Amino acid sequence: MQRFQGTKTYVATEDLRVAVNAAIALERPLLVKGEPGTGKTILAHEIATALGKHLITWHIKSTTKAQQGLYEYDAVARLRDSQLGEAKVADIRNYIQRGKLWDAFVADESPVLLIDEIDKADIEFPNDLLLELDRMEFYVYETRETVVAKQRPIVVITSNNEKELPDAFLRRCFFHYIRFPERDTMTEIVEVHYPGLQKKLLAEALTVFYQLREVPGLKKKPSTSELLDWIKLLVVEDISPEVLRTRDPAKLIPPLHGALLKNEQDVHLFERLAFLHRRERGG
Amino acid sequence: MFAGFFLELRQAKVPVSLREYLTLLEAMRRNLAAYDIEHFYYLSRAALVKDERNLDKFDRVFAHYFKGIESIGDSGVEIPEEWLRKLAEKVLTDEEKHLIESLGGWEKLMETLQKRLAQQKGRHQGGSKWIGTAGTSPFGAYGYNPEGVRVGQDGNRNKRAVKVWDKREFKNLDDQVELGTRNIKVALRRLRQFAREGAPTELDLDDTIRSTARNAGWLDLKLRPERHNAAKVLLFLDIGGSMDEHVKTCAELFSAARTEFKHLEYFYFHNCPYEAVWTDAWRRHVERTPTPQVLHTYDQSYKLIFVGDASMSPYEIVQPGGSVEHWNAEAGETWLRRLLATYPRAVWLNPVPERYWTGTQSIGMIRELMEGRMFPLTLDGLDRAMRRLTR
Repeated sequence: MQRFQGTKTYVATEDLRVAVNAAIALERPLLVKGEPGTGKTILAHEIATALGKHLITWHIKSTTKAQQGLYEYDAVARLRDSQLGEAKVADIRNYIQRGKLWDAFVADESPVLLIDEIDKADIEFPNDLLLELDRMEFYVYETRETVVAKQRPIVVITSNNEKELPDAFLRRCFFHYIRFPERDTMTEIVEVHYPGLQKKLLAEALTVFYQLREVPGLKKKPSTSELLDWIKLLVVEDISPEVLRTRDPAKLIPPLHGALLKNEQDVHLFERLAFLHRRERGG
Repeated sequence: MFAGFFLELRQAKVPVSLREYLTLLEAMRRNLAAYDIEHFYYLSRAALVKDERNLDKFDRVFAHYFKGIESIGDSGVEIPEEWLRKLAEKVLTDEEKHLIESLGGWEKLMETLQKRLAQQKGRHQGGSKWIGTAGTSPFGAYGYNPEGVRVGQDGNRNKRAVKVWDKREFKNLDDQVELGTRNIKVALRRLRQFAREGAPTELDLDDTIRSTARNAGWLDLKLRPERHNAAKVLLFLDIGGSMDEHVKTCAELFSAARTEFKHLEYFYFHNCPYEAVWTDAWRRHVERTPTPQVLHTYDQSYKLIFVGDASMSPYEIVQPGGSVEHWNAEAGETWLRRLLATYPRAVWLNPVPERYWTGTQSIGMIRELMEGRMFPLTLDGLDRAMRRLTR
């Protein structure tokens, strides 16, 4: 059996590896949650790369219906063709458009199916997919055939916790919560993305970054992807580690903070904090 | 094989079902966690826990079941008062003790103590001495504080520091949210009113067949607008002052309502609605919306939902000029009546628990003005309120 061990571009912690391998071995969907920007979506890509499998992505939007993942019957096109006297009208199968799940089920080699941001859809959406994900089969009413998965695909589902998922759905999944990486893991991650980065710069940047995350009341804490962007900017702008090291409270806002703080209120909060510090020192 | 573990998890209120247990057994049979306790921990966690809020409980049960460590108590654990007193003597200054005594005894003391211990932990990480290391603290010995248990172990450098599950990294994710947004949404669903409005995008099959037949078989497509939730809701939220402690519940309600209703208009007020309301709490003194404008803009098909604790001085309701913030020419009562006259379908949701309502005069007054349509901001109350609105 193939085992997932992380890849050159993705640092997988041990608990994540165990969860992924368990989900693969038992052919159950793997539900991945975690703070935004901790690499939930990337995980599916990396599993596919690591195991040499094809990746099928199904991005969920607020308007997505479960049926769209199975198939859609284009009745209007058929009606129109019938008026024009086309020959293919006789076969209803010409008007059935396969969804992502169908694609995944009939693929010759079992693919990785990513159902991205399942919490975006209507709250009943996961319930509508229960049976399909459980038995890996569904019935097409129009053609009276049952589509059964040739091989069960590896299903990875991500959620951002915008909506809570129904219990019946959760019971069928393996679950992994991607914790925010600790400093050591984070160093590894940055190393993977920007090999050969100046050690001092990285250390200083991480210190600033983790301090920033500790600030109470931030609306949106900066995440891994934001850190990576920020470090890239620091390198491009050629900011020296010394600048980052100034622990001068008056300059509380780190350089190029736009990459880390994405929220106007958070920047305001920071400015206020800096102001208070200055006043304390002044008086 | 692990039936005891399973039962203990259920006892600790981790919602595990038989199905998940069987999944774990199946995984074990396939040797997914081959003779490695850490792997087994990860595997059982992935199979049994489905919500990050339960991860901490799981860690505790795991630690208890597989190590036989003295159970790590939560805040409900019973500690002999004597010990507390002893510890309090060590941790708190005389001044604080007096203060606490006057504040109301041991319950408060427990809280302060907890805070103290948390502080101690912080300093401990910083390198100075932890209170338990001296070995005299009964807390350290009996494991009141989860970290406290391991104080002794930490000192022993030959042993590996802390087991993964003993770290309890998910501690702050374990919160008892009474009103999850999913539950709120399910309750709000009662308000759904389906109607077809807007641009025609959906094929109306019946009408198409009818008109095609009339058209002597020549296709005549008919479209109609998509069906969607047409419930219109005006949300009036009390903000500031006494509402501060209810902010979280209100924010949850608000976020649930915002995704559930397409037509949701919201305004803020303070204590009681007067001649102006506002939509941006930060700019309340700059950008105000006159209440008459609200009355004229939104017709009576809107349903009006107030969210507020209705706890204020009675003058703020009955007396012109009674507002705490500004001079109001007309009493809050007058404005409330106007709103209710325009929007006959209205309810008041109150985050204050129902049993305390009789204790506050203003709640009774508002309730009377609302003709009894005041409901507590709990799932049950929300459900009753929504039923009342659709009646």
